[in-house]
Parts: sequence; structure tokens; C-alpha cells
Amino acid sequence: MTHTPSRLSRPSRLSRRSALGLGGGSAAALALAACGVQGAAKTQTTGQAQSAAQKFWKTQKATGTVNFANWALYIDPSHQTLKEFTKATGIAVNYSEVIQDDDSFFAKVNPVIRSGQSTGYDLMVITDGLQFTELVQLGEVLPLDQSRLTNFYKYAGKPYQNRAFDPGNVYSVPWASGSTGIAWNPKYVKEPVTSIADLWNPAYAGHVGMMSDPQEIANFGLFKIGVDPETSTAADWKKAASALMQQKSAGIVRQYYDQSYINALAKGDTWITMAWSGDIFQQNLSAGSDLQFVVPKEGGTIWTDNMMIPRYAKDPVAAMELIDWFYRPDMAALLTEAIEYISPVPSVQGVIKKAAVGATGSDKQSLLDVADSPLVWLSAADYARLKSYVPVTARNEAAFNGVFQPVVAG
Amino acid sequence: MTVLDSPERDRVPPSRSAPAAARTRRRRRGAWADRLLHAWTWAVIVWLALPIAVMVVFSFNDPHGRFNISWVGFTFKWYGPDLLDYPSLTTALENSLLVAVSATVLSVVLGTLVGLALGKYRFRGLGAANLVQFAAISAPDIVLASSLLSFFVTLRIPLGLPTIIVAHTMFCLSFVAVTVRARVLGLDRSLEEAARDLGAGPWSTFRLVTLPLIFPGVLAGALLAFAISIDDFVVTSFVSGSTQTFPLWVWSATRNGLPPQVDVLGTLIFAVGLVAVVVSALLGRRSAR
Amino acid sequence: MRRFRHAAVPYLLILPGGLWLVIFFVIPVIALISLSTQTGDVVDGFSQVFRFANYSDAWGNYHDQFVRSLIYGAVATLLCIALGYPVAYWIAFKGGARKSTYLLLLLLPFFVSFVLRTVSWQYILGDNGMLLGPLKSAGILPGNFRVLATGTAVIGGLTYNYLPFMVLPIYVALERVDPRLVEAARDLYASRTQAFRQVVFPLSLPGVFAGVLLTFVPVAADYVNASLLGGTGNTMIGNIIQDEFLTAQDYPTGAALSFLLMAILLIGMFSYARVLGTEEVLEVAAR
Repeated sequence: MTHTPSRLSRPSRLSRRSALGLGGGSAAALALAACGVQGAAKTQTTGQAQSAAQKFWKTQKATGTVNFANWALYIDPSHQTLKEFTKATGIAVNYSEVIQDDDSFFAKVNPVIRSGQSTGYDLMVITDGLQFTELVQLGEVLPLDQSRLTNFYKYAGKPYQNRAFDPGNVYSVPWASGSTGIAWNPKYVKEPVTSIADLWNPAYAGHVGMMSDPQEIANFGLFKIGVDPETSTAADWKKAASALMQQKSAGIVRQYYDQSYINALAKGDTWITMAWSGDIFQQNLSAGSDLQFVVPKEGGTIWTDNMMIPRYAKDPVAAMELIDWFYRPDMAALLTEAIEYISPVPSVQGVIKKAAVGATGSDKQSLLDVADSPLVWLSAADYARLKSYVPVTARNEAAFNGVFQPVVAG
Repeated sequence: MTVLDSPERDRVPPSRSAPAAARTRRRRRGAWADRLLHAWTWAVIVWLALPIAVMVVFSFNDPHGRFNISWVGFTFKWYGPDLLDYPSLTTALENSLLVAVSATVLSVVLGTLVGLALGKYRFRGLGAANLVQFAAISAPDIVLASSLLSFFVTLRIPLGLPTIIVAHTMFCLSFVAVTVRARVLGLDRSLEEAARDLGAGPWSTFRLVTLPLIFPGVLAGALLAFAISIDDFVVTSFVSGSTQTFPLWVWSATRNGLPPQVDVLGTLIFAVGLVAVVVSALLGRRSAR
Repeated sequence: MRRFRHAAVPYLLILPGGLWLVIFFVIPVIALISLSTQTGDVVDGFSQVFRFANYSDAWGNYHDQFVRSLIYGAVATLLCIALGYPVAYWIAFKGGARKSTYLLLLLLPFFVSFVLRTVSWQYILGDNGMLLGPLKSAGILPGNFRVLATGTAVIGGLTYNYLPFMVLPIYVALERVDPRLVEAARDLYASRTQAFRQVVFPLSLPGVFAGVLLTFVPVAADYVNASLLGGTGNTMIGNIIQDEFLTAQDYPTGAALSFLLMAILLIGMFSYARVLGTEEVLEVAAR
């Protein structure tokens, strides 16, 4: 029902985290001429952080509106989940689909929060990656009120709690997850694809798609050389980058895509490509195509989009309520039925199956598709192979980007 | 006759003398060249509209999910109540139009004055003014976006529609100025001097002589400004706060598939524009008579 | 007194627009100039150390992309002139009462978001799409031929997206030309081509200059077309700048790259103006 205090007080892991994160800003150099960009990392110990959080939440009162910033098409289109929330709690939700990617959203909210002003949002969805880490390090997100996360601790699956990028779920809980693996078109690729090396296969030269996000290709480069991204070193990065460069100079890669790799794959311009599981599911559903997806045996990436509360949010209490609302299995099921990405609530699969029994016609078919899809419900074997992104912070970012950006931007 | 038209040429009827015959031959070759140019113009117009045709076709596609990439089947259903499935999309469209109209009006007024100054006069600071115009055109979007955001944030100006309009006016201004300047350069001063000699004050001279002369430049600048503003993405994304515009929504939607509703709205926008064009063509023909 | 008022006129005309640009462009960008010689990162902050090596590093790391952007820009601009000048000519001289209609028709596709336009082009130009598919089946093109993910596609996209920026200024200049001048030249037994070359074309030069300015300069800084239509090795400097600001969060390098680009473009346009001597031609024509 309520959280167990031991969850929060895992001193060894959390304190190392806070040493890296909350305590990392002690070297902040703030001398500027004219208008530079100020650093704002705070120094705090774990205990201070926890008691500060608890004290903070005691003083907050609800105002009755949540301003929710999210990615486009990342919620059920009719907003039924939000409408039910308003009905149940009386809190209104202003939903804005203003996030195009983490980079630009961070670049927009960072200056605002840094100057002490509200972003206008109470809730936002951020992927676990560099921007997530920076928001935490800069103190630009509020620690969550653990006492209001009842549904989360009751219904969330173990693999989605207490992740390495946010131990103890201090700042975030997952919204949806996805996996990056390899997708291919059986019309052009006859042999089954099982390995990262298939993306390096010269037989597919000129028809291989790779992603342009450095964090995504870094992982695949590291898998290629057999290194776990979560524990990789700068030397590993260099080796991974040269493997990726070799793939490029051999003319194997057709293009480095942002989200539009699915267009190329669907049209047959690329035959085999790095891909997100949800997109493949969605394209097969939309067009009846037969695209295949696999988590390679060397490894795949699991990424999580997380709900976070920005600092100076006008109504963090209402935001907390909305966060916990989405961990009700019925609401989580509605969400997953619509967006078809991996839900952090395992019981959703059962809820959808039950709904499929009661439905008819094409609704029934699409519900069954979602309930049974291995792209939406990963197997234990898949989980074992999935790794998070390389833990990049503002400190090693220059080195990381210096190694991988030339691959994409040559 | 609208202000845009130059006086029609008098056509001299062919006569039987030798120079006249030569003129007739030239005119026939001329007519052939004219037809070629006419065809070329239409070819370019069609080429520019080609992807719109694809978009229109895809608005009738019937995918079973969200992705509208591959052709599945024909349906009218997206033109019905399903169109409102994404309420934020229609708000985004309204915002885009409001911003584009406001920014166009503002930048045309400001830009025309600047273009006049740069084209007609020699003054100290002309070089610097030209430099600033140039810099505004050449600055990469992200530079404008990021510096404006810092500017607004430091001054604690709340982000929203007003800041978007301000930003759009800023970069459209230079485009209008350069276009108007191209028109103003080499404008015959004598007409304005004549007007002044006849006792017209500076405002009357401007209103009755200068403005009609430069009007094609002003109109062209307005069209450019509108096109830039309604399609702007990067700068808008940074200074919009929580306001959403159509290009922002579309760009954001590409991460999770472009549903048919987007194509439908695009088609409707195009249709409305087409209607406006046809109306203007009919009006033009009527006034020519 | 009258002469003073007359001298003040240009300053008054420039004042509103100039003030707008100073407040919302010059001042914000000055802060960025200062940023271009700093070092640091987003979390720990940036500090001013007057590191001018930021500029030489930027050139050293990315001169390929700079050169490529200038080349793509030049090719796209020339294509725009080749495609757009006849259009501007025809509309200006033969458009008659429907001139504004034609201009609107030219711009109409641009009122639909560029994302939609580019996605549609990707569909049309797909390797086995509606254009290349039939050509390949008929044996006219080899099986592995492709348009997308090449430099050609990028240049095509740039030309497509910036054509109106060339057509409109040229139209504006051509429309001012009194057809009776051409008539007079023809009556003096000049051929059509001579009349064009010696009467019309020089009078259109300020329009061409404006068109080149409004095309070449933004094209060189463009990033969207390279990102959506280009393959490996087609990256433009705009993509790098975008990356530096957003992904690498290396604001000093991003700022240095931007100002370097602006300086290069300025030198380019200045040389162009000098070589063509546009201003002088027009002084003569106005008399």
C-alpha cells in the first residue's frame, strides 16, 4: 500500500548516484562576461534531499489544474484517460503535445527554469538519457511525493521500478517503454535476422537504415563489439565508433534517420534497419504489412519515457495525482491500447485480453493484436538482452559526442 | 485594370510592306516563344504542387492504424466526424493562421519602410543597415531561436502567441525589405518630384504615387512573409511556450506516425487557398473588362 | 529647414523596422557572440575565456560541411534562376490581369507544412515508387539507381523549397520594365534575344540580386532538406549547427560556427555585388 522506507534508503547506490548527480555541481564555475549560460547544479546529501522533499510536499496545495506536456500521439486520441481523471478528481487537465524530442524540449525549458520562472507545465515526459540526467543534476525537476505513488508501487512491474537512471524513483516513473532492435522486410531479406552483424552485411549495401541519435547508434556500435553500454568506457566508445565508421565507408548505410526510418522501410527503400518496436507494430497494423522485428542476440536497447514534474510547477500535487492515475490498470490499459508501446503495468495485458472478449469486429481484432503482440509485451529472454543507453552526463558528453557525432554528421 | 498591370501593348495590325512582313514573321516566332514560356510556367506550378497531390490522395487512404505511409484503400471517412479526433490539431492550425496574418501585416509595414529607405536614399548608416538585414537573413534558425529564448526569459517576458508574432515579424521583415528594395531601386524619381511640384505633401505623394509604384514589391514581400511564417518551425518551437502551431504539431506527430487527419487538414488548407486564388482570378478578369 | 527634413526622411523610414531588428535580433545575437568565445557545459556553466580557437577548431572540424553547403547553395541557386527566371518573365509580361493569381498559385503549396511536402516527395521519389518504379521495370534505369539519400535529392529539395524566393524578387523587378522599351528596341530591328539581353535583362538585375540573396543565403544555412532527403556524406553546416546547439549542447562551438557561416556568406554576397556592379547599372538606368 504505502512505500517501504527501505526502498528510499539504499545508501550505497543512492549515495553514489547523489554524489554524481545532486552533489556533482560543486565545481560549478560561474564567472561570466556579458551573458553566458550559468550552471546551476546543487550540492546536497541524500538525507538532506529526502527530508527536503518531504517538507516540500507538506507545503503544497492543489489548485485544480494540471498542465501536461507530452509527445504527439502519445495518449489515447479521445483523451478518455484524462476525462475520467477529471470526473474522478475534479482536476482539469490541459494537455499539450509540445515535445518533439528531448534535445529541443530541454533547450526550451532549461533557460526558463534556470531563471526561476515556471515553464507553464506541471508534468512532462522525458526519455531516460542525457537530458533526463541533466534535469536532475541541475535541480530542475521536483522529487516525487512518494506517499502519493500508491498505484505505482502496487501495480508497476518490477523491471520498471528502481531503474539505474533513477534509483528509488525519486524523480520519475515510467510513462511507456520501447525497445530498439532490428526490423526487416522479408520481401528483400530472405534469411532470418538474429544478430547486430546483419546490419553490417555488405549484401544489403545501400539499403541499411541506422538512427541518427548518437545515443541509439552508440548502443548498437557497442553491441557490435560485444560491450555492455551501461558499463562502457571512453575507449569502448572509440572502438564502437570505428565499427560504425567502417559500416558507413563501406557504403552499407543508406541514411541516418530520425523517426522517419519507418517510411523508408515501409516503401522498400531500406530493407533492414534499426527500429523501435512500437513503430513496427503500428505499421503492420496500419497497412497489413509483414515487417519483422527482433531484439538481436548481442543486445538491444530499452528506453523509457518518464513522467517528471518540472521545478516551479504551479500545481505539483495535482500532477502527482495524475501520475498515479495512469498506474490504475484500467487507465494503463486504455493508454496501451492506443499507443501500443510497452506498459509498465504488467496486468494490463490481462485487462486488454478481457476487453477483447467483450468486443466485436475490428475492435476485437485490434485488441487481440495488442494483447498478443511480442512487440508490446517483451519476453523474459528479451529483457535479459535489453540494455539502457550509455550513461552520459554533461561531464562526459563532450567526449561522447566527439566520438559519435562524426559518424552521423560526416 | 489593377495596379499590378502594366499598360497593354498596342498591337499593330500586319500590313503588306516588307518591314511589316518581317514584323509578322518575328511575331509568329515570338508567339511560339510565348507559348513555350507559358507552358514552362505551368510546368513549374504543377511541379510545385505535385507533393500536394500526393497528400490529397493520401487523405483518402484507409489505414487500420495510425500510420499513413502505405496505400491501403479508399475512404471518405476522415472528412467526417473523425476529423476532430485530434482537437489539438485544429487549435494548432488556428494559431498558425493568426500568427501568419499578424506577422505578415507587421513585417510588411515595417519592411516596406525599410526597403524604401535602403533603395531610394543614400545616407550614413546605409551600409550598416544593409549589413543588419543581411545578418537577419543569413542567421541560422537555431541561432535566432536560442538567442530569442534567452532574451525573452532574461527579461521575464511570458512566452506565447505574442512572442511568436514578434519573432516572426523580425525575420520576415528583412525578406520584405529586400524585395521592396529590388522594386524601389531605379524607380523614376521624376514622378515623385512632379507630384511634389504640383503641391502634394509627403504623405499624399507616398500614398498616391510611391505606393502604387512599389505595390508589386509590397505584395510579393507579403506573400513571402506569409509563406515563411506559416511554415516556420525552429524559432516558433523555442519561443512558443505552451502554444502549439501547425508545423510544430506535424513535426511532433512524425515521431509517432502521421495519421490521415493531418493529410486531411493539409488538403483543406490547400483547398481554401485554391478557392482564394480562383476568386482573385475571377475578380481580376472582371476588373480588366 | 526643408533640406533638414528631407535628410531626416531615410532615418525616419528606417526607424520602426530598424528598432524592431535591433531589439529582437541584434541584442539577442550579441549575447551569442559573447558565447562563441566561452568554454564549459550546460550543467557547470560557461565561462568567458576569449577562446578564439573555437573558430579555428570549428573550421578545422567542419570545413567539409562548409564547402559542401556553399556548393549545394550555389547549385540550388543557379537551378532556381534557371527554373524561375522564365516564370517570372512570363508572369510579369504576359500575366495580364491574372498576375497576382499566378503568384498565389506558385506559393499555394507552401501554405501546407514543409514536413508534409517532403514526406510526399519521399513517397514520389522512392526507389520503387511511382516515378522510379516504372522506369526501372521498363529497363531505362538500373535496378540499384536511387534518388533519395543522395546529394541530388538534397539539392532538388532545396531548389523546390526556395524557388518562390527567387521568382518573386525577379518578378518584382521585371514587372517594372515598361514593355514600350522592348517595343522600341524591336522597332529598331533588334531581335527578340537582343532586346532581352540588352534592355530587359540588365533592368532585371536588382531582382536577380535580391533573389540570389534571399535564396543562396538561407539555403546555405538550411538543415531540413539534408536531414530528410540526404544520405551519408550529404550533411550541411546547418545540420552541424543544429547538432551543436541541441544534441551536443556545445553552445560556444554552435555560436562560432554560425558566425563563421554568416561571415562567409557576407563575403560571398559582397563579391557578387562587386562583380555584377548592380547598383551602378541601376543608377544609369534610372536617369
